[in-house]
Amino acid sequence: MSKFITILEGLDRRWIFLAMAISVAGPILIIGITGKTLPETPTPAARAVYSEIEKLPVGTPVLIAFDFDPASGGELTPMATSLVHQCAARGLRMVFIALWPLGPQLIDETIRRVILADYPNLKEGIDYVNVGFQSGNEAVMKVMLTDFAKAFPITKNGTAVGDVVALKGIQRASDFPLLVEVCAGYPGAKEWIQYVISSSGGKIKMVTGCTGVQTPQLYPYYPVQLNGMLGAIKGAAEYESLVNSSLAPKDSSAAIPAKYLEAQRRMGPQLGAHLLMVGLIILGNIAFFAQRKSKVRATS
Amino acid sequence: MKPSKTWVIIVAVIVVLVGIRMSIGQGMARAYVERVDQSVDVKANATHVATTFKWTEWHPVQPKMYEAAQKADANQTRFAFSWANTIGLWLSAFFTLAIFSFLYRDNPGYRLAEAVIIGVSAAYWGVVGFWDTLVPKLFGALTPMLVHEKVLPSLPDPTMGQVVAMYFALALGIMLLMRLAPKGGWISLWPIAFIIGVTAGLKIVSHVESDLVAQTVATFQPLVNLKSADHVTQLWPTIWASLANILLVVGVLCCLTYFFFSVDHKGAVGRVARVGIMYLMITFGAAFGFTVMGRVALLAARVEFLFDDWLWLIDPAGKRIVEMATAVGSMLCWW
Amino acid sequence: MKRLVPMWIAIVAGFVMLLSAFFPITESLGETMGDVFNVVAAIAFILGAGSLAKVNLAKISQRDQGWGYAAITLICFAITLAVGLGKFGVPPSAQFPALGWSGEKDAEGSIFGWIYEYALVPITSTMFALLAFYVASAAFRAFRAKNLEAILLLSTAFIVLLGRTFAGVVLTGWLPDWASGLRLENLSVYIMQVFNTAGNRAIIIGIALGVTATSLRILLGVDRSWMGSGD
Repeated sequence: MSKFITILEGLDRRWIFLAMAISVAGPILIIGITGKTLPETPTPAARAVYSEIEKLPVGTPVLIAFDFDPASGGELTPMATSLVHQCAARGLRMVFIALWPLGPQLIDETIRRVILADYPNLKEGIDYVNVGFQSGNEAVMKVMLTDFAKAFPITKNGTAVGDVVALKGIQRASDFPLLVEVCAGYPGAKEWIQYVISSSGGKIKMVTGCTGVQTPQLYPYYPVQLNGMLGAIKGAAEYESLVNSSLAPKDSSAAIPAKYLEAQRRMGPQLGAHLLMVGLIILGNIAFFAQRKSKVRATS
Repeated sequence: MKPSKTWVIIVAVIVVLVGIRMSIGQGMARAYVERVDQSVDVKANATHVATTFKWTEWHPVQPKMYEAAQKADANQTRFAFSWANTIGLWLSAFFTLAIFSFLYRDNPGYRLAEAVIIGVSAAYWGVVGFWDTLVPKLFGALTPMLVHEKVLPSLPDPTMGQVVAMYFALALGIMLLMRLAPKGGWISLWPIAFIIGVTAGLKIVSHVESDLVAQTVATFQPLVNLKSADHVTQLWPTIWASLANILLVVGVLCCLTYFFFSVDHKGAVGRVARVGIMYLMITFGAAFGFTVMGRVALLAARVEFLFDDWLWLIDPAGKRIVEMATAVGSMLCWW
Repeated sequence: MKRLVPMWIAIVAGFVMLLSAFFPITESLGETMGDVFNVVAAIAFILGAGSLAKVNLAKISQRDQGWGYAAITLICFAITLAVGLGKFGVPPSAQFPALGWSGEKDAEGSIFGWIYEYALVPITSTMFALLAFYVASAAFRAFRAKNLEAILLLSTAFIVLLGRTFAGVVLTGWLPDWASGLRLENLSVYIMQVFNTAGNRAIIIGIALGVTATSLRILLGVDRSWMGSGD
């Protein structure tokens, strides 16, 4: 036992790194080969996101903000995919914007992955539009509150926003009944709540998908200022399972495309890594208490 | 510090496995593209005669589409192997492994990747700022003809107010860039003052409205929260919901007491503040749990990239024809 | 003069933004200010890029330690800037094919888009992923149940870590319905909605008070620390 404690005390951090790599890589290989994922039970916050989108009438304009970059793609791409999947299936008019410089690229990728691949009947500029990026963070939100076209004069492909059918009837941000925000930091959901949702006097509802780091900070806003929330990859997996079960192909033998199972697949490595973390904390404490006990013995 | 034998062996095994993977089955890390010929007819106008513009685009496709097309017709020209994207894939894998190599210790590979990303991201932001904001807003207002003729023909004409505002923005921008000049950097304080003033003006309203008032209002919860189904009050749901509201109200008040440093944290105030500390510890514990969750998801995404796109070990999206289980099986056989 | 003018610029800009939230007559002025701010923010991107170039050039010319990496940074910077501003490899826009510069800078086939896909994405996402390893190592070495506060922190972390994965269902799924609130997956939601909300709400209210006070001090010209102590 004492030898084990000595090993624990002097354990090189690289062994911990190796253990983490194995605990993540192992489940990825197993899930990748078997194609099996773990079951998910959606929490109220994830259900709220789903129902807020679902209750909008067909053709309603929805503002979808991609305020993240590829660095957080591992967490946020699956939820962005599912959010667009549900909006497209529901027949909502999707207006994409970004307040992060790399957001427009991620919007294009999501459009290719979901809309162009599975909803070829939706037309660019009519059913959806990528308005692109504008610098200025909160100041862009401020301008959008009174004049959308002034904040975003052209779309990403160079069309004047006044000429875009998808933006017909949109004068200001409050003309969108719902804001769907996928965010990784500043500016993100918090700023949208502070500068747009609060100022709109309840005209705009908002749902968000955010990173694990942001989730605890956003909980105080839910459900009063924030109508639904997907927290980290777990929130993405819950929401993904909700959307998949509602949009399941009528032919039940048809498999759900892998791109709509990304978050659920990622819950496997998540399980492995979380168990490792718990194990490491327990081992660390065993070593700590054993050391303390031996010190007490030595002094007495 | 010399690498220990164990680590050398581990790295060697990984390298050998990658080598084996390269030589079995369909190989790995190749990218393919589809040829798409575009043709657009442009009507005659004041500046040019009617013309048909033709060009070719190459769109990335899944390997299985290339393989299927080759099987059907070995001389097809619609799908092709892409050197640029294949090199890109290998470069991505190199950068990923270079960054991970830092886990062992600092090394030239990691530093190279770090140097690359600093240069690329700074320029990337500059380019995005130029094309997405400066061209449509600044140049679109100050040189509308040039912008219409060369880049954005559909950009609406600026109003006089916009032109004046953009001259003002240009002046502030030039002052800001004076920071790079050897002399006269003090003038950059003017645009910074503008930025500070605008931000302060924006923040007062938003923070009071959204964070101070709305959050305080949200804290006023009924301490007994009756939960009923079919007009019958349910015991356990009512207990849980009421307890949640009581704990929430008590928690916010205790934490605020802890943050109130104008009074000594002694006696009753001290005890309340201590309860506040406990709430904050739980808050930090939850934050830790969620941070771990976030970071692991990012790591999983990178490992998926290595296994799926680079090594072709797994194929959850069915991008390739050969079942990956077969490839893994053959790899294990080799091993 | 050097400090008085900036102070008044901040005061005027701040009050315009503040009043535009209350009086419709000043709304358009606030909107214009916001628009100017957005353009200045874009110019700040260029300042950042220029600053990086300046620092690295100095490092190379002085042959400082690691100047080779500074050269790589500069080369990558110059290439990305050139291909991005020049829209190299960008196919024409389908709407306006007659205009050579009308295509999207990051369109498929463009060199700028290639740099994004194969350099920016892998490096930035892997750098963020590295933290998963360090957080594990830190948890092993630093998470010690030394006192009540540490025990609370540890147990919450345990509940969240287990409750947000399938482990929670396996470990406590057997609990009867009346005690379903004690199942790890429900307990983690309860912690987030009650304890975490209380803690973070107090932090949010505290920050709101602090930000409001600081902003008011700037707008009234009392706080000038943002100007620095320079000449």
